[in-house]
Amino acid sequence: MLSRTADHLYWLARYVERADFLARIVEATQRLATLPTNYSGTGTEWESALESSGAAAGFRETRGAAEEQSVVEYLTFAPDNPSSIRNCIELARTNARAVRTALTVEMWDAINGAWIELKRFEANNASRGFYDRRELSRFLDFVKKTSLDYDGSAYRTMLRNDAFWFSRLGLFIERADNTARILDVKYHVLLPENEAVGGSLDYFQWTAILRAVSALTAYHWVYRENVKPWLIADLLILKLEMPRSLIACYDNIVYFLDAIAKAYGKPGPSQKQAHAIMQRLESASTSEIFKMGLHEFLTEFVQDNDRLGHTISEQYLQY
Amino acid sequence: MGDGLFFDEMTLDDGNVRPVYGKIARWLEATPMELLSSRRAQAELLFRRMGITFAVYGEKDAGERLIPFDIIPRIMLRSEWTRLEAGLLQRVKALNAFLKDVYGAQEIIKSGKIPADLILNNPEFRPEMVGRPVPHDIYVQIAGIDIVRTGEDDFYVLEDNVRTPSGVSYMLENREVMMRLMPDLFAEHRVAPVENYPDVLLAALRSVAPHGEEQATIALLTPGRFNSAYYEHSFLADKLGVELVEGRDLFVESDKLYMRTTQGPRQVNVLYRRIDDKFLDPEVFHPDSVLGVPGLMRAYHAGNVTLANAVGTGVADDKAIYTYMPEIIAFYLGEKALLKNVPTWRCREPEALRHVLANLGDLVVKEVNGSGGYGMLVGPRATKAQIEAFAGKLAKDPNNFIAQPTLALSTTPTFFDTGIAPRHVDLRPFILTGTNGVRVVPGGLTRVALIENSLVVNSSQGGGTKDTWVVDDAIFERQQSFQSQSQSQSQGFQGQSQMQS
Repeated sequence: MLSRTADHLYWLARYVERADFLARIVEATQRLATLPTNYSGTGTEWESALESSGAAAGFRETRGAAEEQSVVEYLTFAPDNPSSIRNCIELARTNARAVRTALTVEMWDAINGAWIELKRFEANNASRGFYDRRELSRFLDFVKKTSLDYDGSAYRTMLRNDAFWFSRLGLFIERADNTARILDVKYHVLLPENEAVGGSLDYFQWTAILRAVSALTAYHWVYRENVKPWLIADLLILKLEMPRSLIACYDNIVYFLDAIAKAYGKPGPSQKQAHAIMQRLESASTSEIFKMGLHEFLTEFVQDNDRLGHTISEQYLQY
Repeated sequence: MGDGLFFDEMTLDDGNVRPVYGKIARWLEATPMELLSSRRAQAELLFRRMGITFAVYGEKDAGERLIPFDIIPRIMLRSEWTRLEAGLLQRVKALNAFLKDVYGAQEIIKSGKIPADLILNNPEFRPEMVGRPVPHDIYVQIAGIDIVRTGEDDFYVLEDNVRTPSGVSYMLENREVMMRLMPDLFAEHRVAPVENYPDVLLAALRSVAPHGEEQATIALLTPGRFNSAYYEHSFLADKLGVELVEGRDLFVESDKLYMRTTQGPRQVNVLYRRIDDKFLDPEVFHPDSVLGVPGLMRAYHAGNVTLANAVGTGVADDKAIYTYMPEIIAFYLGEKALLKNVPTWRCREPEALRHVLANLGDLVVKEVNGSGGYGMLVGPRATKAQIEAFAGKLAKDPNNFIAQPTLALSTTPTFFDTGIAPRHVDLRPFILTGTNGVRVVPGGLTRVALIENSLVVNSSQGGGTKDTWVVDDAIFERQQSFQSQSQSQSQGFQGQSQMQS
């Protein structure tokens, strides 16, 4: 297939995944921020939201204090935030339009339909002139549904060939990055020393993390225990059955890169790097990670994941 | 609906409905306006969801617009179509023969049938192509020939489009939408299918691979997503099952054309290009064009890639050459032209120019190389000031213009929220040529001038489209017998439409 087509498919999947993640971050933060201050603890939830979504620097340059309304605006509809939800959907559609021939009708329908809906939300948002939480939650639901629609239609309708594999690679590279970021922003509340017996103040912080990666129910099914910070780290880093865990992302990344290498008759540097990262995750344990330092571990992971993204580009996607 | 000045394809001047529109007339009568409105809204929604949009150059919010779609189909009898078809095939054969000659022996110039300067000084003439045969001597793989109707038996060719004619995606998508929205009406008519167009196109493109390669790799070259016809490019690539490439996806090495794939370079044998000649290869044409591929013309001349359509075909669909089409058909095929040309004054000829300048108010004046309805004067609709301004332009550069009488384009019933009203239409069938012959699917794109009294059907100028149904005569012959019974109904319809108009 054309390198450019593969590149567009890869980024299309990344942007849809990112929009979904941003919607979840906003939603989880909103929950947290509406708690009485003595429950939520820090009072810096909106700053954390900016940090996790990688938008903190841009926000500080152009906006004032990190308050709910301004942060939500920045993460959802701001045209000047390159990673606002609005821009993610816009970019996803731009990529989709550039490779319409590589999409199934259902995929195009999902992304184009979402874009049309986005325009409507955007127009309403612009004309309303005040902050409307109910409308916001409708919007966030719409964004989450968009990723389900797109992802589902891709999964159900695409031929299992390189187009599918590159699209999946984009999704899992992005997802690994998102999961690692949210963990890293909240790593301080996940440190075991912070544990208090029973209703810890941090409880709501922890559940907010789980909500942001839609893993709150999954947590209970896996551990059948109260929410405990090291188990959250375990779930989101090392549990293969958790679809957003780092190891699950890499399980997929390795699988799809190997499929590409097999179809093309030769592996390359990206296969090598992905296998190395997977091995690191497979041999890790929570106690070892905490001993090394959760923040250090995650920083290293984000860098490795980023490097792999560049290698995939160099190996397959340049045009 | 006919007002006597124009031939209406549904209703005759005496109020009788032409048999071929009998079912449509009854359907229109039986269907409440609200239902038609909602059908049209549904159609629009479908088009929007499919992303069938086009861009209009020079508009501020030129991003994406829907081309308006009219839900009342345009009906044509099989017998009418068969006559048209024969004329279309003849015309395209002659155009190919003409191009082969123009870039080869130039017999037609030597014979004195066409003035040499009209060809050799034509801005669309490509000296680079002289003495460079193209694979299988086929220049025009895809032609779009615009046909207008002025009466029961009167069809004219308005213009030939043999560069990169567009619109076929609308022909195909309009049909899909009509089948979905009006299954009953559709089934009653037994409409000849057009859905095999992509297959016929693919066969034609395969057949012209430079060396008849069995597994020829075909790609469709688009200027990119900002082009007004980008939707069509992606639609066709998809239906053909070929890669949709941009210039940056391609490169030339050792006079061979390759595309950059995830598995490394892959040779391209046939390029269905939807980019104008001048942008194809910066080494030969516009040096700063980034849409094309450096070295493409080298690969082309080396016989390693077929371009569809060939480079330099524009010299044949020029509006000045158009006037010679009857001579061209006679010269190469030894036949009389089956399709009529619109009578045309060549402003380059002093006598014609005098006539045109004296009668500007009654004429349509077009630039020889213009397209898309830009830069033309429709005399009867123009203000005095517009006519005067145009006269200045014309006198300064007469070679650049031709003039035609304002044709009494036929009208067909068209749906508006305010009611059903007649609007002018034309028809663009698409004719495909390969080594396996010349073919055309029954039908084409009907374009409709939505603005009242307007004769300009271009989508960039407020034109819309309709589905075009070619139906078997037999269905209507049977029906004619009870036509008299339905007379009162037709009358009723006539009354209704007069109130509306």
